[in-house]
Amino acid sequence: MNIDKKIADDLVANGVSFVTTVPCKQLAGVIEEVEARDEIFHIPANKEDEGMGLCAGAHMGGKRPMIIMQNTAIGVTINTLATLTQFYRMPLPMLISYRGELREPVACQVEMAVHTKALLAQLNIPTYHFHWQKDVEEFDNILKYTFMCNKPVAILTDANFWGGYGDQ
Amino acid sequence: MIRSEILREIAPILRDHLVVCNIGLPSQELHMIDDQPTNFYMLGTMGLSSSIGLGLALSQPKTVISIDGDGSVLTNLGTLPTIANNVADNFILLIIDNGSYGSTGDQPTYAGKKTKLEAVAAACGCENVVTCQDVDTGKALQAALDSKKMTVIVSKCDSGNIKLPVITMDPVVIKDRFMKAVAS
Repeated sequence: MNIDKKIADDLVANGVSFVTTVPCKQLAGVIEEVEARDEIFHIPANKEDEGMGLCAGAHMGGKRPMIIMQNTAIGVTINTLATLTQFYRMPLPMLISYRGELREPVACQVEMAVHTKALLAQLNIPTYHFHWQKDVEEFDNILKYTFMCNKPVAILTDANFWGGYGDQ
Repeated sequence: MIRSEILREIAPILRDHLVVCNIGLPSQELHMIDDQPTNFYMLGTMGLSSSIGLGLALSQPKTVISIDGDGSVLTNLGTLPTIANNVADNFILLIIDNGSYGSTGDQPTYAGKKTKLEAVAAACGCENVVTCQDVDTGKALQAALDSKKMTVIVSKCDSGNIKLPVITMDPVVIKDRFMKAVAS
């Protein structure tokens, strides 16, 4: 199964047409796939809170948005998640590369990984963790759930899910 | 002129368009001067007025005016390259540049010192950047609307605030009212 294509297919099928991204090596394939889809407007952001602002505007303009980012971004976006996305009740699926988990080669990434789930839990953000490739089958349901409840929802995707880091 | 005087003067122009208004005193002032369903008031999240406005402009055809401040643009400088590289001709970013963080007690910003936001915007690739004095803001805004080109306006004015109450409207009500105005 090509998980990049499956994720993009589910986005299109759920009417997600506005996607902002801050890149991560693990996310390169899915970002490329999003960029290639005519049904999706892809707008790279310079910082993840800026991306959440773009998504807030797209939501109010009648589009279904999504953000793709690293888990380090949770440290950047807590204020935006609380005072914009949650305070105004905006739906926002967040496809997050979960750096610092199993098969991670870079020690520093672990320092945010150990806080990631605790921070999301503190924010009462529904959180899913994709560890096996088959977990992607849940993505469609998570998108439907997000736009049903008008909340930010986190999908953490670790290195094992993306197939590791090759020779690193 | 101070910011609230500019807002009072341009309110008749703003009324006909979607407006995303910056956190703190700017939103409180606009709310008091001319509350409209077409106004989206930011109650938190400093810096994102331009990002919300751009996302909105890219997602529907109506004209969107983001009212921002120099301090808020400085806190989200990454917004200017994103704006420059994703042209939405229905988007106007109006930066009211009073050289200070007005809502927090008029502490000076770097825009009030050496940094020129109009030069930053141009260097980021924004093609239509207009600098004006406070008294000419209405004229500059109308010209930008008439041009139907994405425009960044930097309006230079004095720092200073008026006393006024906070916005007590619930955020979900603000958003619901605004989204209905967007869709109408």
